Amino acid sequence: MSLDLNDVRVTLDGRTILTDIDLALERGRFVGLVGPNGAGKTTLLRVLTALVAPSRGGVTLEGQALSGMSREVRARRIAALFQGAGVGWPITVRQIVALGRLPHRRAFAGFSEADEAAVARAMARTDVGHLAGRTEPTLSSGERMRALLARALAVEAEWLLVDEPITALDPAHQLDAMALLRAASRDGTGVVAVLHDLALAARFCDRIVVLSDGRLVADASPEEAMTDALLARVFGVTAERGEAADGTRYLLPWARSGATTETSDDAIIPG
Amino acid sequence: MNAPVRTIASPAARPLGMPRARRAVIAVLALAVLALTLVSVAIGYAPFDVPAAFADLVAGRTTLPAMVLWELRVPRALLGSLVGFSLGLTGAAMQGYLRNPLADPGILGISSAAALGAVIVFYGGLAASLSLALPLGGIAGAGMAALLLNALAARGSSTLGLILAGVGLSSLAGALTALALNLSPNPYAALEIVFWLMGSLSDRSLDHVVLCLPLMLVGWGLMLSTGSALDALTLGEDTAASLGVGLVSVRLRLVTGAALAVGSGVAVSGAIGFVGLVVPHLMRPLVGARPGAGLLPSGLAGAVLVLAADIGVRLLATRPELKLGVVTALVGAPFLIVLLLRNRGRRA
Repeated sequence: MSLDLNDVRVTLDGRTILTDIDLALERGRFVGLVGPNGAGKTTLLRVLTALVAPSRGGVTLEGQALSGMSREVRARRIAALFQGAGVGWPITVRQIVALGRLPHRRAFAGFSEADEAAVARAMARTDVGHLAGRTEPTLSSGERMRALLARALAVEAEWLLVDEPITALDPAHQLDAMALLRAASRDGTGVVAVLHDLALAARFCDRIVVLSDGRLVADASPEEAMTDALLARVFGVTAERGEAADGTRYLLPWARSGATTETSDDAIIPG
Repeated sequence: MNAPVRTIASPAARPLGMPRARRAVIAVLALAVLALTLVSVAIGYAPFDVPAAFADLVAGRTTLPAMVLWELRVPRALLGSLVGFSLGLTGAAMQGYLRNPLADPGILGISSAAALGAVIVFYGGLAASLSLALPLGGIAGAGMAALLLNALAARGSSTLGLILAGVGLSSLAGALTALALNLSPNPYAALEIVFWLMGSLSDRSLDHVVLCLPLMLVGWGLMLSTGSALDALTLGEDTAASLGVGLVSVRLRLVTGAALAVGSGVAVSGAIGFVGLVVPHLMRPLVGARPGAGLLPSGLAGAVLVLAADIGVRLLATRPELKLGVVTALVGAPFLIVLLLRNRGRRA
């Protein structure tokens, strides 16, 4: 039950975006993919959906090469929600969510009972049922994000890959979305989310994968991965840590780490 | 449609299949196409007993009315619906694919290339020796354009590359057409080319129908097959690809389909503007904005519009006859401006 990257390197227009990536992902877990801007997080997600072909190495889904699967099979097994994916036409929220059933439908076929049920489930989980008949331009950015997340959930794939799902959301909906992704992982889905909010990533994810300059620099539980040394080296920040009222440990990026200038940052990138 | 009928009013519980409103729109438009085709057959410059001509035709009597009906009126009516359907469908497909409400069937340069092909035939003097030389030239031009577009856009799968290739092709074909006019040995030839470019369905024969019908049918099939892919592209190319849409295959089907349908349309009728641009906008309030849902209705509405314009041209009976492309542009342009102004507040 795993999605594996084996010695993956990605080179686009002569520039190496990702290199030496070995990663074994398993279902039933919520993995946070973090790293500074330009670290290669989105590219990694695109490799996992076969939108970008690695120039070296490969991706396997339960031992089977992703590149060898048909588009339809891949689409049924791996759902993805990409960043900045707007909605091109003023279609209704329900129509947006229903697009998630495309991989399950045969050409020119209508929607089956199973499709209807999956759409209803996804809309209930993201709390967009009351928006069903609203068209895209009338939605707030948070509502749009939830509709798009419902679309990805409606695929009901084994894997759910999401790129910055909470960036446009207010705090309450950020918490809702993170709880939803964690709940999806508890139902057996493998969830991988690109996140910028280290505090929420630390709080909700089972596992944190840190990318820096196209390399994998940490892959462990939040506590073990996001050490002070790593936060300073990779993100150039120091964090406040403590214990919340409910007993869970928290981490809050608090200040720029003064010692880390851009030049020294480059100098200590591990080889 | 095996979705069960439900009585729950909430939109969340409504079945996802084709809504009744869209089916009604399609049915009404199909009937309108049929009715206008018959009206188009019945209308002409000379008073004409259609039932008598029809009776002669069925009985196999080669009387003058039967010949007028079969050689002039029927081809004109059929071409009106075929060309109109091609323009409307291609317009809707292009707007959906490029996610741009201002896209039209000519955006990829196919119409310009088809026009250029026909103009070259004109210029070479081949048109005089063979009546189908002109449309064949147009089809050759559209075919070249499709090959060139697919080759130019082959490197990436992005729609932007295709638009740029189309703009380049369109400009080049336009420039070469202007060159042909510029170098035209006599002003009458140039005038004839200009008139032809304005688009018309008069004096076409059944040969024209036979020439373009198979090409159009294949083109329509290719474009209609992209419906659900166009829906998915509403959410962007990456998301569409993650939903299993083959972006290269969609582009190939659309470019080839548009070349076959619009290319052969321009080849037999000249350039008829604005139909492909306006019709999808007319259909959206009726069938919704989902691109796949607009394909068939836009095709039918395109046929209605071209048939109506061609009937109008003959009823007005100006001398010389108004060119079809002139009428569609005269009606279409103000209409589009009003539509855009009305939608601006809602969409901006």
